[in-house]
Amino acid sequence: MQKVLNAFSGAWDAMTESQVWKSVFRHGAITSNRNRVLVMMSNVFLHLHPVKSRKAGIKLRYTWCMGGITFFLFLVLTLTGLLLMFYYRPTVEYAYADIIDLSEHVPLGIMRELHRWGAHAMVITVWLHMFRVFMTGSYKPPREFNWGVGVILLVLTLLLSFTGYLLPWDQLAIWAITVGSNMARATPLLGTEGPLTAALKLGDINLINSGNDARFALLGARSVGENTLLRFYVLHCVGLPLVAAVLMSVHFWRVRKDGGISGPM
Amino acid sequence: MEFIKNIINWSSGPTVLFTVATIAFALSIKYPQVWSKKFAYILFGGMAVFYCFSMFDPNFFLIVAKPDNVPITFMLFLVAFFTWFALHQGVENDKRVAAGEEPLEKQEQDKVWVWPDLVYVELLCMVLLTIGLVVWSILLPAPLEQPANPADSPNPSKAPWYFLGLQEMLVYFDPWLAGVVFPTLIVVGLLAIPFIDTNPKGNGYFTFKERRAEIAIFLYGFIVLWILLVVSGTFLRGPNWNFFGPYEYWDPHRVEPLLNVNISDIFWVRVLGRPLPSNPIVREFLGIGMILFYTGFLPVALAWPKEKFPKFLQWMSLNNYYEKMGPARYYLGVMLFLLMISLPIKMYMRWIWDLKYIVAFPEIFFNI
Ligand code: HEM
Repeated sequence: MQKVLNAFSGAWDAMTESQVWKSVFRHGAITSNRNRVLVMMSNVFLHLHPVKSRKAGIKLRYTWCMGGITFFLFLVLTLTGLLLMFYYRPTVEYAYADIIDLSEHVPLGIMRELHRWGAHAMVITVWLHMFRVFMTGSYKPPREFNWGVGVILLVLTLLLSFTGYLLPWDQLAIWAITVGSNMARATPLLGTEGPLTAALKLGDINLINSGNDARFALLGARSVGENTLLRFYVLHCVGLPLVAAVLMSVHFWRVRKDGGISGPM
Repeated sequence: MEFIKNIINWSSGPTVLFTVATIAFALSIKYPQVWSKKFAYILFGGMAVFYCFSMFDPNFFLIVAKPDNVPITFMLFLVAFFTWFALHQGVENDKRVAAGEEPLEKQEQDKVWVWPDLVYVELLCMVLLTIGLVVWSILLPAPLEQPANPADSPNPSKAPWYFLGLQEMLVYFDPWLAGVVFPTLIVVGLLAIPFIDTNPKGNGYFTFKERRAEIAIFLYGFIVLWILLVVSGTFLRGPNWNFFGPYEYWDPHRVEPLLNVNISDIFWVRVLGRPLPSNPIVREFLGIGMILFYTGFLPVALAWPKEKFPKFLQWMSLNNYYEKMGPARYYLGVMLFLLMISLPIKMYMRWIWDLKYIVAFPEIFFNI
């Protein structure tokens, strides 16, 4: 037994002393305070954190880790979404069949489940995170701006979820998007059935009609169809995640710059 | 058994449910001590018993076990738990402050190493969450219905669940309000919160007493006007967006008579017994007056000092807020607040007088 252990610790030492290991980890075992600092500073992922933090701020009962969980779910969704993109083609002809293939022909086919349940969960955790931030008064100065960034992230989360809802191209999908996007028709001034829109006239011709109103801009057509599918796909897989990722970076940066997790003065 | 179910069906109707929720909410603001541990046991015990008991009912099971509705059940329990948790901690802190101590968070000011103290909590969180998500995904397949068919609209057609609060609003307001103006106002209102709220207290710790009004307004919007409507829109709205109790069968053929009338009908036809005037402005003058009163006069009047009010209305004076906040903050805040509670006001107008529109210009799609 002792021999085995010795062999292991010998191998471990050899590994951690090697040039390869040291090129990755720039510090020794994290047992000294010096190395506790180094690990946080020399790792791009960990350096989002400070080296030390007030005890109250890292308590689960204070933050509920809700922002962190939301971010983690975003990462899960990015990863599983990427895998889904290998199989899914955003056309009326293939979309539905590809979704079926995903569960029937792809080994370990739970990617779609992970992605869908993760997305539902993210909406819930974003709401709870906002709720926590409100209840601890953490939007108060100096964190007003970061609260605002958060609100935009909340909207983006909902839009991501909404655009994704269409992609399976089943009855649930197109009718939910139809009901949701019918609202745009009623936009004041910009929707065909919105208040005051009829006032926008050139002579006898209405400037806004069902071929150019707010709903048309959203759907790329007069009703949910192949243009909508493509439009939502591009927004869902590229546009919105990019914006969300940028704003999340700003959000985390600001948490640090505003003095770390809030606490009593 | 049937008797209990009938009572529950009846009491989850929009009118009763909303009224009970509002009253319960008001009581919990008045008596925050209820957010104790004992209350938590009763609340979660009650919810768990209700769910277990109800699962044996086929109609209940059919709706609740729909894959896309499962997360709403999670949400219901999570929101209940965290509401309790936040208020409980707030009340506990208030007790400490009243006894001359400091809030709990203040006593934990010393700094700790992020590695390992925080990093391991995060790691644990990620591992547990991953396990949870994988188990959930294995047990519950994602739903997939028939291929899209633009010619066949299902009944009910529902928006994605997180927008069902807005879809519920459609019962009371036209799409331009429920689908465009109110969502915009919600976002603007949220963005404005830090600039309206000038109370310096309660920054960085849980408290209730020090921020009573802010918390009451936010909680009412979040819990009653948002979460409750999402939940009831998911579980209690069936074909044709009709209400169905949790144990009722979603009968697509059930027709509910729509008897709603406009204020102009009530005033000209019922009260004065004359036909509607042909000039639309004359026809709608009463409704226009009410809207102007609500959005123009009321915010100004509420800022008056107490003495200007008749005795029995003095409690309504917001003069101290006006003094504290200054005109810009005050008007923004009051406008947003009034617009928020215009939803319950319109709901009750509908329930009491079958009121459809306060102002109705169907010619230009301008109905309120
Ligand atoms: C995609 C959405 C979001 C992500 C990934 C996210 C992530 C985070 C994280 C990781 C933190 C650190 C503290 C914590 O975990 O609670 C944080 C703090 C914060 N978040 Fe968010 N957040 C999101 C949305 C929001 C929303 C919707 C709001 C508010 C409307 C918001 C406002 C704030 C504020 C003000 C802080 C500082 C809190 C403090 O110092 O106590 N965030 N966020």
